[in-house]
Amino acid sequence: MYTDKVMDHFQNPRNVGEIEDADGIGEVGNPTCGDMMTIYLKIEDNIIKDIKFKTFGCGAAIATSSMITEIALGKTVEEAYAISKNEVADALDGLPPIKMHCSNLAADALQAAIEDYRSKQ
Amino acid sequence: MIYMDHAATSPVRKEVVEAIEPYFTEFYGNPSTIYKVGREAKKGLENARENVAKLIGAKADEIIFTSGGTESDNIAIKGIALKNKDKGNHIITSSIEHPAVLETCRYLEKNGFEVTYLPVYQEGIVRIDDLKEAITDKTILITVMHVNSEIGTIQPIAEIGKIAKEKNIKFHTDAVQSIGKIPVNVDKLNVDLLSISAHKIYGPKGVGALFVRKGTRLETVLHGGGQEKNLSSGTENVPGAVGLGKACELAGKELEKNMKYLAKLRDRLVEGITTNVDEAYVNGDTDKKVPGTTNLHFVGIEGEGLVLLLDGKNIAAATGSACSSKKLEASYVLKALGLDDVHCHGSLRLTLGSENTEEEVEYVIESIKEAVARLRSMSSIWNERESKMKDLEDKNRCKTCSLE
Repeated sequence: MYTDKVMDHFQNPRNVGEIEDADGIGEVGNPTCGDMMTIYLKIEDNIIKDIKFKTFGCGAAIATSSMITEIALGKTVEEAYAISKNEVADALDGLPPIKMHCSNLAADALQAAIEDYRSKQ
Repeated sequence: MIYMDHAATSPVRKEVVEAIEPYFTEFYGNPSTIYKVGREAKKGLENARENVAKLIGAKADEIIFTSGGTESDNIAIKGIALKNKDKGNHIITSSIEHPAVLETCRYLEKNGFEVTYLPVYQEGIVRIDDLKEAITDKTILITVMHVNSEIGTIQPIAEIGKIAKEKNIKFHTDAVQSIGKIPVNVDKLNVDLLSISAHKIYGPKGVGALFVRKGTRLETVLHGGGQEKNLSSGTENVPGAVGLGKACELAGKELEKNMKYLAKLRDRLVEGITTNVDEAYVNGDTDKKVPGTTNLHFVGIEGEGLVLLLDGKNIAAATGSACSSKKLEASYVLKALGLDDVHCHGSLRLTLGSENTEEEVEYVIESIKEAVARLRSMSSIWNERESKMKDLEDKNRCKTCSLE
């Protein structure tokens, strides 16, 4: 059901954790649905210098969180904001159709974190 | 691989495979024919019937072979309902039945029958008082499972059967999860109909049986050539039936030994997990359970991830998490215990078999401890679980959820 890339990012997730003095924090999801993720950003000169995540959720939720941190790191805030759900899923060689909606929240979490950053500027 | 999902299915034992094989290659005749190869097949089929009957204290002519538990449940429930529709239209069942029972009842509801689904409370067991209250003069059938597949709780079948008998109501039990695990005797349990499956007791998939007490009349729901007393038409699955017969024979012989062994392994497993992992809780009654089955939930993590991490350690186990189900819904059995969705998500079911060892149990305890710690270290709700859980009290479904 899951691709090798999903399994790799689930079993060896990149950038797990929190950033204490984060410039932006985005939290999305609902534990009732089984998926809840938080993304922490450190931004310098409009560039994502550090990004970490924490996720309560299934294999797909953890893998998409991990993948988006890899994609977003080093990008400008605008580029990061434009990362779509499909881009995350494609980077993982696809997700099971039923997981596209519920567990593919990482792009939303990143956008929420960027909005949080912008609101503090 | 360490296989701890025996409630899903079990490996087929070598003795069973050996018993079946000649019925594919040598005695392949159609048991309805009169020449030798057909007679040999028929002999195998009838010998298997004896073995199934013996395990549950029935007579051979009270056993019909089916394609499995689902077919047995359908034949029994629809058969009784249709046969007795002039007497009444009310059926009583429990809220934690297998889908083969629940969906059959829902189908009958769409066709003029009324169904009462008994609650099971935190312990996962129906209450006799609720049953008594539910019975009306229109009640024609009670169908309550012997043992629940997800939490392993044992229902008070003998007591229900006694009441059904007094009220002259037909009583069916799905015994797929109790056969070979605890003693099953159709007279002691006071049942009229009882469903059996082979693949949960080290037999092959695609074969089962239905006990139909002598004198119990069923409407035929599967029409055809009239095999199996016109209740399960179609050329008999002779190798399958022989496999079921052998599995029943072995299950009967080893029942007592296995019950003791599995209870010991399971108790150690539960003790090991609950003493080594914080906030791990057993789901459902802890005593009235079949040996070998346990279901727990771990706060702050999601079960699909746990199952995948355990799979990475070569352990096969199951979860009631919505994320692992086809419908993305949390287990209705766990919900019937009063667990909220978030706790259902963190559930893990371990069902042991006689081939599991004490060493495997220790390895599984250690692996669960590591996997839960790992998922909690990644979890966005574990550290702030108290405040986050409070947010849940509004119990609102996810607002973006379009799958409702």
